[in-house]
Amino acid sequence: MAEYIIKNGFVFDPVQGIKGDKSDVAIKDGKIVSDVSKSAKVIDAAGKTVMAGAVEIHAHIAGPKVNLGRIYRPEDKLFTCTATKGIERTGSGNSIPSTFKTGYEYAKMGYTTAMEAAMPPMFSRHVHEEIRDTPIIDEGAFPVFGNNWFVMEYLKNNEVENTAAYIAWLLRATKGYAVKVVNPGGTEAWGWGLNCLSIHDPVPYFDITPAEIVKGLIEANEYLGLPHSMHIHPNNLGNPGCYQTTLDTLNLADGYKAKNKFGREQVMHITHMQFHSYGGENWGNFESKATEIMNFVNSHKNLTMDTGNVTLDETTTMTADGPFEHHLTGLNHLKWANCDVELETAAGVVPYIYSPDIKVCAIQWSIGLELALLAKDPMRCFITTDHPNAGPFTRYPRVFKWLMSEKARNERLNTFKNADKVIAASTLGSIDREITLYELAQMTRAGPAKSLGLANICGGLKPGMDADVAVYDFNPDKPLADPEMIETAFSRAAFVFKSGVQVVTHGDIVNTGHKRTLWVDAKVKDNPQVMRDIKEKFLKYYSMTQANYEALGHHFVPNPFALEVDATQA
Amino acid sequence: MTKTVTDVVCPFCGTLCDDLEVAVTDDGKQILDVYNACAIGAEKFLHSQAKDRITRPRFQQPDGTWKETSYDEAADYTAKMLAGAKKPLMYGWSSTNCEAQSMGHEIAEMCGACVDNTAAVCHGTTLIAVQDIGLPTCTLGEVKNRADTIIFWGCNPCHAHPRHMSRYSIFPRGFFTGKGHKSRKLVVVDPRVTDTAKMADIHLQVTQGQDYELLNAFRVAFKGEWLPDVVAGIPKEKIIEAANIMKAGRFGIIFFGMGVTQSLGKNHNIDEAIAVTKDLNEYTKFSIMPMRGHYNVTGSGEVLAWQFGYPYSVDLTRGFPRYNPGDTSSIDLLTRGEIDAAFVIGSDPGAHFPISAVKKIAQVNSVCIDPHITPTSGVSKLHVPVAFVGVETGGNAYRMDNVPIDCRKVVEPPEGMLTDEEFLTMVRDRVKKLKGVA
Amino acid sequence: METVTITMKNPPVLYLEAEHVCPDEFAGKTAAQIAELHVYEGNTKSTLGKYFEVSGNAGATAAETKIVVKGDVKRVKYLGMKMSAGEVVVEGSTDLYAGAWMSGGKMTVKGDIQAFAATGMKGGELIIEGNAGNYLGAAYRGDWRGMSGGKILVKGNAGSDVGMYMTGGEMVINGDVDVHLATHAEGGKIIVKGNAPSKVAGQMVEGDIIIFGTIDVMMPGFKYVDDVDLEIEGTTAKFAHYIGDTGERHKKRKGQMVYGNLYQKI
Repeated sequence: MAEYIIKNGFVFDPVQGIKGDKSDVAIKDGKIVSDVSKSAKVIDAAGKTVMAGAVEIHAHIAGPKVNLGRIYRPEDKLFTCTATKGIERTGSGNSIPSTFKTGYEYAKMGYTTAMEAAMPPMFSRHVHEEIRDTPIIDEGAFPVFGNNWFVMEYLKNNEVENTAAYIAWLLRATKGYAVKVVNPGGTEAWGWGLNCLSIHDPVPYFDITPAEIVKGLIEANEYLGLPHSMHIHPNNLGNPGCYQTTLDTLNLADGYKAKNKFGREQVMHITHMQFHSYGGENWGNFESKATEIMNFVNSHKNLTMDTGNVTLDETTTMTADGPFEHHLTGLNHLKWANCDVELETAAGVVPYIYSPDIKVCAIQWSIGLELALLAKDPMRCFITTDHPNAGPFTRYPRVFKWLMSEKARNERLNTFKNADKVIAASTLGSIDREITLYELAQMTRAGPAKSLGLANICGGLKPGMDADVAVYDFNPDKPLADPEMIETAFSRAAFVFKSGVQVVTHGDIVNTGHKRTLWVDAKVKDNPQVMRDIKEKFLKYYSMTQANYEALGHHFVPNPFALEVDATQA
Repeated sequence: MTKTVTDVVCPFCGTLCDDLEVAVTDDGKQILDVYNACAIGAEKFLHSQAKDRITRPRFQQPDGTWKETSYDEAADYTAKMLAGAKKPLMYGWSSTNCEAQSMGHEIAEMCGACVDNTAAVCHGTTLIAVQDIGLPTCTLGEVKNRADTIIFWGCNPCHAHPRHMSRYSIFPRGFFTGKGHKSRKLVVVDPRVTDTAKMADIHLQVTQGQDYELLNAFRVAFKGEWLPDVVAGIPKEKIIEAANIMKAGRFGIIFFGMGVTQSLGKNHNIDEAIAVTKDLNEYTKFSIMPMRGHYNVTGSGEVLAWQFGYPYSVDLTRGFPRYNPGDTSSIDLLTRGEIDAAFVIGSDPGAHFPISAVKKIAQVNSVCIDPHITPTSGVSKLHVPVAFVGVETGGNAYRMDNVPIDCRKVVEPPEGMLTDEEFLTMVRDRVKKLKGVA
Repeated sequence: METVTITMKNPPVLYLEAEHVCPDEFAGKTAAQIAELHVYEGNTKSTLGKYFEVSGNAGATAAETKIVVKGDVKRVKYLGMKMSAGEVVVEGSTDLYAGAWMSGGKMTVKGDIQAFAATGMKGGELIIEGNAGNYLGAAYRGDWRGMSGGKILVKGNAGSDVGMYMTGGEMVINGDVDVHLATHAEGGKIIVKGNAPSKVAGQMVEGDIIIFGTIDVMMPGFKYVDDVDLEIEGTTAKFAHYIGDTGERHKKRKGQMVYGNLYQKI
């Protein structure tokens, strides 16, 4: 494999504590190395910013609900498709890009790893087919567990070891990466058109509460010592006053410590916090509770979170929180898709327009930025748009601009149609913090990588790590003449390397790399009871056979990369 | 000696049963018997064993006779035809696996072709409706475990999807439905007294072509608004009775077929049926699901959507995808005279398209990829027989509820025969050369 | 106003996509430059000049440009697409997407047009002297934002799905329409001087439909309210007033439920 040396760039690497020093990054055989031979190809990064490839911790980019969004929104693509160009296949979709476009767009922004945030286990073959067709970036997918019948039945009786054995089986059957929880219990309740809006609402029939599911899954996750922690979308998303449910959920992690060999410190990752930080009793007195939320997160080291920034675009919401999407279509009357999945989960899809002229949307925008700006530890607070829920991932550079430039965000804040009311509903207008490039590298690289248990593999530029490197046309030494320069630079990286392969040159895709599918292979003690339970559920309740459910051949995951954990001694 | 292959997936209809067992000879070359399948599914497996099967590509001669050729020459012809055409149509895809579909899409993109699947003549209207109003649906196991109210609208599963009722919708005992069919109410809406209708608790014999009106009447009835005395041939009282049954259940579902998707009103019928479903979610839990025909028409829509953004009728002539049934849909393309080459795989438009469209296929250069001799192969210039997907090769397929199931290879194809994917790969590599793509 | 005349000389074997035949695209260009604008026949890119003879230079802006299209353009799509100002006159009949997504200016077709004319129209005026096809003034697939402004006049008949998802603007059809008039409409006004067979205004949320002729099958979601006298385009007559679709969602305004209005001449 080729050798490269990226010379004279301003390097920002939280893994090594490098804060913009002018230095070189060397690449050999797909890894970062301390030295290369004289024949190494020189990449001139003088006057440019150099970071590790960015890591997406939560996005909906592959699988059945994403594709349902594509299928039912032709208008999301009208007049904006891109033609085949060089090695780039044609691309389509604004809020829900086609798989090819998804890979290209992430790579062009310098992202090299991304996690699909909600895989319905029964549809894992579909998720993996899309991942296979998403070029360049390494991807993993989180199967959802929070409404799974096995999990609820085991945890009702406090059977953590059985839950763990089931998780290990399902991760292997679906080539999954982590334990995802969406509206615990509420989505099962949605099977009957109901919901669980607090952590103590009992799940119909299953005689368990969301709180018990969450605590049980944290325990099972740590029993296995998985790379990532339990990753949760709490109950009561998106409603005025929901922050209280969020604080209740965060409290459930109290007393738990991470137990794993990957250097991960949190036991709970709370996703798209923006949607869970709402005060007020109704849409009229809707307000931000970001301060309350961040006070809690800042003081609890066993938590990580991502923001879910609203980008003020027309987009497509999609979530395994089935009842929420039903609620949303009642609010905006736009087309509603839903799919309940036997024994496991559900999903809903509704288009949404975050209009800057609507007060609530502008406040949502404020909250997302406020959360990131109130974060005391950028290694525990990551930037996402919960793509495509709060906005498409292609808007990350714009979010960076708002976070890195007080001027840019105040210009936006002060020109909303209801600016006075919007400003009064959050503390954003009074925050003068500007996220630094080093903090940006923490919030988009080193932080999410560590939270995912990938700290030794990606998100940094330390020798031995994967050579995922992004070089941006952004000179931190020069005064920032115009905040737009941030958005421009981070939209199209000058150079991107994925596992040592140069995939982007001056914003163009030049190689589609050797994308990998990340999954977690967890070994547990033989557990005949769980294997018997699985067999019984397939015979009685699933609509497909166990053998076909477990069939996930090489053609679905042609280039797997397994992280192994051994819980046989646990 | 024989061996039995278990968990075999049936490559016939959208029910995609995956519990078949197939007895094969020890050398894995011959199917002896098929268990658990319906009569149609079993026949699909056994038919592959026909001794008089065509096993090599063949060109149709001017006098209508056929001349055998090699796969190499067939791939040459196909690649040249597609690469040279101004607007080639690549139609079918519903009876092949997702891997072949994907390969076909790569060819279509390079050639600037139109890609369409059999939704164009069955549930394309459903897809249009879904695009207009959405789709509250579920997997078939949800129906088995929860549903107590089943509506079959314009479909006749007794004959078209024979195991649907026993596996998923009427008879099975699920987690919350321990009494099986005794715990379920069955409503059938059909202008004919079909075998499915004969099983119904309520059969609404709707006037043909007035499904839209009847569905609208349900919505009016849910809200308790004024109704005319008779709608679509059904008395008001009966409509209200049926509406109350739908509202009273705990979990209901509407299954619908081509009786509504292709009769007057088309996509609007489905649009209103989805609206009915949406309304019912204000009172109880309700879903709706199309009874998809070909076993992998759903998969074709999925692969097209994740690669190009649209589920059928995709026009790639300008190098990027466009979609608008009426313009980019196969029958319109053919009858309007928009295309200059036709490539058909995994479907038989010769049997299903209007004669004016079939005539067009006969007029232009054409290739038909199909294990069988069909009306389409009969009008094509080149017929390429291939291995049966789901019998002689595996590959992914999507059930009518979008659940992906990987088909299994049960026996070897006849000596020297290629699969869809293998033949398409040969074509792809040739097109690359012709187009000068690296 | 400057006039550019394009005359079909070499008709396409298949169909021609000519979305650049639009005052906004012609504006500021000479005849020679206009002849260089690209068109597509299938996947084959070519120039307007290969098919059309172009005479006359365009005005400086779209508003100052008039395009006259002569010859047989029955197999030409997208004429006048996205025009925002100026004028287009098609002397014969044309194919799909005439005046689609237009936002201003005036387009006149002296013959017939096919489907998808005035898709998603925002403003301007479209006059069809012959017959119109299906989906006139409708929304693009999946979009809930159909025709929102402007005016359409069809002197002959129109097809099915006219005004689907219409939210504003006005349409007058002197002849008959086919099924599914104004489905999902949420505003705007449609006047049909002839007949409408059935499925009129299904799922309508808001807006006005006036039918002078017959309706064979009325939607059950339309409820008779009263008879009213209306003056429509200079004709005063008595109309039966229905409201609906009562099965559909409706907004409340000032405490009153707002329905779609359907008026049928008695």
